[in-house]
Amino acid sequence: MSTLIQAHDIPYLPRGVRLQGDRVRGIRVLQAPERALQLDQIGEAILSELDGARSLDQIVRDLAARYNAPVDQIAGDVRDFLTGLIERRMVFLKDAA
Amino acid sequence: MKDQQAQPRDLDGNPVTPGLPMAMLAEVTHRCPLACPYCSNPVDLVRASKEISANDWGRVFRQAADLGVLQVHISGGEPGARKDLAQIVGHARDAGLYVNLITSGIGITRDRLIELDRAGVDHVQLSLQGIRPDMADRISGHPGSWDKKMAFSDWVTEIGFPLTINAVVHRQNMERLPDMIDLAERLGARRIEVATVQFHGWADRNRGALMPTREQAEFARQVVNAGRIRLRGRMVIDYVPADHHAVYPKACMGGWGSTGLNVGPDGTVLPCHAAQTIDWMRFENVQERSLSEIWHLSDSFNAFRGTAWMPEPCRGCERKTVDFGGCRCQAMALAGDARATDPVCSKSPLHAGVVARAEEDAAATTTDFVYRRMSKGG
Repeated sequence: MSTLIQAHDIPYLPRGVRLQGDRVRGIRVLQAPERALQLDQIGEAILSELDGARSLDQIVRDLAARYNAPVDQIAGDVRDFLTGLIERRMVFLKDAA
Repeated sequence: MKDQQAQPRDLDGNPVTPGLPMAMLAEVTHRCPLACPYCSNPVDLVRASKEISANDWGRVFRQAADLGVLQVHISGGEPGARKDLAQIVGHARDAGLYVNLITSGIGITRDRLIELDRAGVDHVQLSLQGIRPDMADRISGHPGSWDKKMAFSDWVTEIGFPLTINAVVHRQNMERLPDMIDLAERLGARRIEVATVQFHGWADRNRGALMPTREQAEFARQVVNAGRIRLRGRMVIDYVPADHHAVYPKACMGGWGSTGLNVGPDGTVLPCHAAQTIDWMRFENVQERSLSEIWHLSDSFNAFRGTAWMPEPCRGCERKTVDFGGCRCQAMALAGDARATDPVCSKSPLHAGVVARAEEDAAATTTDFVYRRMSKGG
């Protein structure tokens, strides 16, 4: 799977995509056009970082620091996860201003 | 609640375990300005006087959310035919549901679309019958439909809704699939759903005019595969292939009564939108029973849950939890038996006959349609 996101890209949830609690199943879901993705803790942790201000690189460093994990490993996981969502048009990218 | 503790059973009396639904199709009206010859509405259309109110829909949406539904697809007919559509949408959002609006784009003005934005529509899905005015207007039976759709699409972009283009393909427009994908891209759609006509109800009356050839089905597959590679990260292509030309049937509804439900204009609750073609099955109504009771306890939803009801060759098939024996309505239509293995499956004893009939229909020269219309009177 070739990546669709570079370190300087700023990932964000576009209009029509939002994180939401699923009170019946007790989990978090990503609501998107015609799709509701059930998130595990890792997915939720990554998507909660998308604030439309920080780049992939910054998000990875913040997550690595918070979870005391190697940057390279976090970078790979986050890039793969976001690439899957970019392919599905659930995550958009913008350039740093 | 003694009733809630009753053991749900399939149509043979085998115990089944209902899961929770994720999505609900709300067909808020059968009225529609279009007359597409493959309309997925039942042949016996529900009249306006039988439609349940916006407040009724509000109650249904709250019950749906309590039951685990996350998304509602508000459809029809043309949902815009209901003057209280914005109120219906508002109720769905208030219930916490994600709102997909599935529309022909006909009959919703720019002002109304702005109103629907304020009411909370999350995503708009616009149907496409063809690629040029002549084709689109002839297939939809509605002169001027193309121009209205293009104007509607402009307003969707202006307001900023995410857009999906919903293209129904069949023998008379399949060659233009590459143009449909290009158009969707040009309109700024995030997704295009390419669905081959499913031959139930109205479409079944038009088999000779709509059935694609095997070569067309193969062409469409190649176009979709190439498009997915070319458009990766820019536009999603979802594809429902022509199952009459497939080896295995589609996993209809992801399994009967497993993840989705459909509520019709009069409040009738169906496991799938075509379920009323199973003529012996009785369906319940939200005006008489709660959605939760209907989901968990009704005979219609429990009838084909699980795998114990399956006959051979499904029973011994390793794919029985992949495609669930295929489509019950198609089994009804083609085998005359809703329990049968879907006859489009290559393992069905009826498969050869189904393929022969599909080839025969695909070779037909007729292009005339029996359009979908409400019957007179009543």
